[in-house]
Amino acid sequence: MMKANKVLDATGLSCPMPIVKTKKAMNELEPGQVLEVHSTDQGAKSDLTAWAKSSGNELLDHKEDNGLLKFWIKKN
Amino acid sequence: MTEQKKTTIVLFSGDYDKVMAAYIIANGAAAFDHEVTIFHTFWGLNALRKDENVPVKKGFMEKMFGKMMPRGANKMGLSKMNFAGMGPKMIKDIIKKHNAVPLPQLIEMAQEQEVKLVACTMTMDLLGLQKEELLEDIEYAGVAAYLSDAQEGNVNLFI
Repeated sequence: MMKANKVLDATGLSCPMPIVKTKKAMNELEPGQVLEVHSTDQGAKSDLTAWAKSSGNELLDHKEDNGLLKFWIKKN
Repeated sequence: MTEQKKTTIVLFSGDYDKVMAAYIIANGAAAFDHEVTIFHTFWGLNALRKDENVPVKKGFMEKMFGKMMPRGANKMGLSKMNFAGMGPKMIKDIIKKHNAVPLPQLIEMAQEQEVKLVACTMTMDLLGLQKEELLEDIEYAGVAAYLSDAQEGNVNLFI
């Protein structure tokens, strides 16, 4: 299991909230720290992958478990 | 980080669904760290109207326009399946059920994310809308201001 500095629970929220909240949460982190995002929005995988790429952060890993999507994003 | 990208949206429509699409894209673009401008013209101006009646001096035509147009985003109809006002009621129930964000909150969130909301002054004159009737903290401009944003834009949309 990956270690995260902060966990963002975005379950139940739909587009565009997961990325809006992810961005806010990432603003509060220091470079090198990791944010763990939980989402149930099935578009979140594409969205967070695209967001991480465009914002210059790194999507370290993601997992899917019974409709719950988990992401680990490292702030660069 | 690279230079900040720009998204500009011309919001011409005044339908709840189309305005919602515009504001979802705007909020997404703001989360992408874009500098975002929504240029409201014609029916799109109604998204910026305050929901209360603001007493301002108007001529007959302007008064009629003011009465016939939705006072604020929450009172807008749908572009399809409006069913004389039943459509918006249904879609708002569905939005709630799916935990999506209703339009008025999307507009608030856009303002929190510092999306630049611009009202087209020429169409404000045509539709008889005055500054007092529109939300606070918005800008007023014309086509040149829009173009100067859009020509450096990476994403330009007309909705």
